[in-house]
Amino acid sequence: MELLTPSSAPRHGRHARVMEEVTQPVTAPASQASSDNCPVVSLRGINKSYGEGALAVPILHDIDLQVEQGEYLAIMGPSGSGKSTLMNIVGCLDVATSGTYLLSGTDVSQLDDEGLSRLRNRTIGFVFQNFNLLPRETAQENVALPMLYGGVPRSERIDRAREALEHVGLGDRVDFLPTQLSGGQKQRVAIARAMVMKPSLLLADEPTGALDTASGEQIMELFQELSDSGATIVMITHERSIADHAHRLVFIRDGRLYTSEEVEGVAE
Amino acid sequence: MLENIRISLRGIWSHKMRSFLTMLGIIIGIAAIIAIVSTIMGTNEQIKSNLIGQGNNTVEATLMQDGWEADFSNQSIAGVPVFDQSIIDEILEIDGAEKASLYHTRTWVDSLYYLNTSLSGATVLGIDENYLDCAGLSVSRGRGFSLRDHVSNAKVALIDQTACDSAFGGQDPLGKTLEINREPFTVVGVVTMRSAFEPTINSMEDYELYTQDSGGKVYIPDKSWPIVFRYDEPVSVMVRAASTDDMAPVGRELANLLNGKLSVKEGAKVSYQSSNLAEEAAQLQQLASSTNAMLIGIASISLLVGGIGVMNIMLVSVTERTREIGLKKALGAPRRTIMLQFLTEAILLSLMGGVVGVVVGIVLSHVIAAVAGVPVMISGLAILVAVGFSMAVGIIFGLVPSLKASELNPIDALRYE
Repeated sequence: MELLTPSSAPRHGRHARVMEEVTQPVTAPASQASSDNCPVVSLRGINKSYGEGALAVPILHDIDLQVEQGEYLAIMGPSGSGKSTLMNIVGCLDVATSGTYLLSGTDVSQLDDEGLSRLRNRTIGFVFQNFNLLPRETAQENVALPMLYGGVPRSERIDRAREALEHVGLGDRVDFLPTQLSGGQKQRVAIARAMVMKPSLLLADEPTGALDTASGEQIMELFQELSDSGATIVMITHERSIADHAHRLVFIRDGRLYTSEEVEGVAE
Repeated sequence: MLENIRISLRGIWSHKMRSFLTMLGIIIGIAAIIAIVSTIMGTNEQIKSNLIGQGNNTVEATLMQDGWEADFSNQSIAGVPVFDQSIIDEILEIDGAEKASLYHTRTWVDSLYYLNTSLSGATVLGIDENYLDCAGLSVSRGRGFSLRDHVSNAKVALIDQTACDSAFGGQDPLGKTLEINREPFTVVGVVTMRSAFEPTINSMEDYELYTQDSGGKVYIPDKSWPIVFRYDEPVSVMVRAASTDDMAPVGRELANLLNGKLSVKEGAKVSYQSSNLAEEAAQLQQLASSTNAMLIGIASISLLVGGIGVMNIMLVSVTERTREIGLKKALGAPRRTIMLQFLTEAILLSLMGGVVGVVVGIVLSHVIAAVAGVPVMISGLAILVAVGFSMAVGIIFGLVPSLKASELNPIDALRYE
């Protein structure tokens, strides 16, 4: 393990592109969010530690990562490797201690709560391991929730929620409560909810972690379809079989990122 | 906002028992306040109606001399004008004055006979055409005065039931002749108080107050007054106030207006004074209100306790729903939205408690009224204030939990098990 070099070395993933040369202005206006030429995710020198001063516990070290539009990236790592922290930073749920994070060209560190909320709402779709559906709301209401915060009018919310549910094959389950759905169906509702705002990034944290193998495979197929239709996906997992669905794979160990070559090279 | 209310209602509904218990504090507080206020108002209304006569809000201004009703039978009083109908317009300009009437009055008239029966102790009133309406009298038998009676010095008379009984016994009084100061007056009708104006009599004191005119009353047209009495006698004024509460101010204004027209000598001690039943009532009411103000204070404490209950439950709710809050934040709900949602829930919880409290309070005041024998007076203002207050309780005690919810870190919230 100690032979591994940090991820600052050039990466050659299956779908890796040239990223080191990209220099985005630090305070890119939010209106650039959908511009075609900038990567969806651009992390530079990201450090994250919890606690203060001498008691600070470092979690992430010098993370550099870029995700281009349409890319399907898997981040693999064992528990405690910092992958959840990385996911939270990428998902704008947490802020880095140092380093720069541009999400679709927008510098996240410059945003206040309102701005971050709007960014999460418009730019990122979350899929969680435990689905995180509101138990008292129907599938359709769960899917409509992000549109409520996005200021979409009510009638449009209903239409788009139905559409999104049909898209994930749950057109006949719109009025079901989460308790009336199987695990795989719940995760489909969650994916519909994540995609309903047409985000630039789909962020999935162990999306199959709570599912049996068959349902997990179905979810992976759905991810593949989404990827084929142009969605940018970042998926975090600890299962190699799941990670292999992605176009590109990076590994996280003890808070540092490695390419698959680096890891495999060590393994050989 | 509508969506917020829907979500909040669903949250409240999903914990029916807990929500109800939380509301109970507010319900008890609001119900107690409504019941107390309505009991106070009912008691006040009873005092008013006992003293003044329900609905008959008349104020009378009479000329007083040295603290007694002025006696004009033998002497005229210099400087007191005899007001004519032109002053009515001035009187009606007083705020709260609805109707006004001028009349002459003479109590304990000795020379009043039907055949050989004396009606000593009766009161004779010379009335204008507004008087019956203003005083709340209606003609129960025969007819009232016609316009012609009023302008032609007709010698006609109306009598009340007391006078009718004492002069005619069981006989039909209509068409009979009464002798007033040796002048014959034909009885044309009998007047009675309209039932709506009949006072509530609960005690001997009340009874005596209303039956002090034990000799009955005889009414003649004002124009005919000089036939039997002096032609230059000062008049008394009766004004119907718009409401019982207007009586005291109208009475004061009326006396001021009339006294302004007097030109009596210094030290003559002659002035118009208005009957002050309303003021007597007000003093009694104040006494009742001040004792009950303490009760309202105690009820307010229960409302405060209810508010703390709301806060407690909202804090529990925030802890319980930490995951939900985290998820909503992840989906793009800003702090403000989260705060608003919990605040809405707290306000709705208090408001529902307030509304139920108002209903319970109204029922309670009916029960109290039935037991204590006071009229039910539900105050619209008290209901508005109570509902507003319960909303304020929701805002004040919902603010801390809502802020706590909005400050939650989304990752911690999502990780919370």
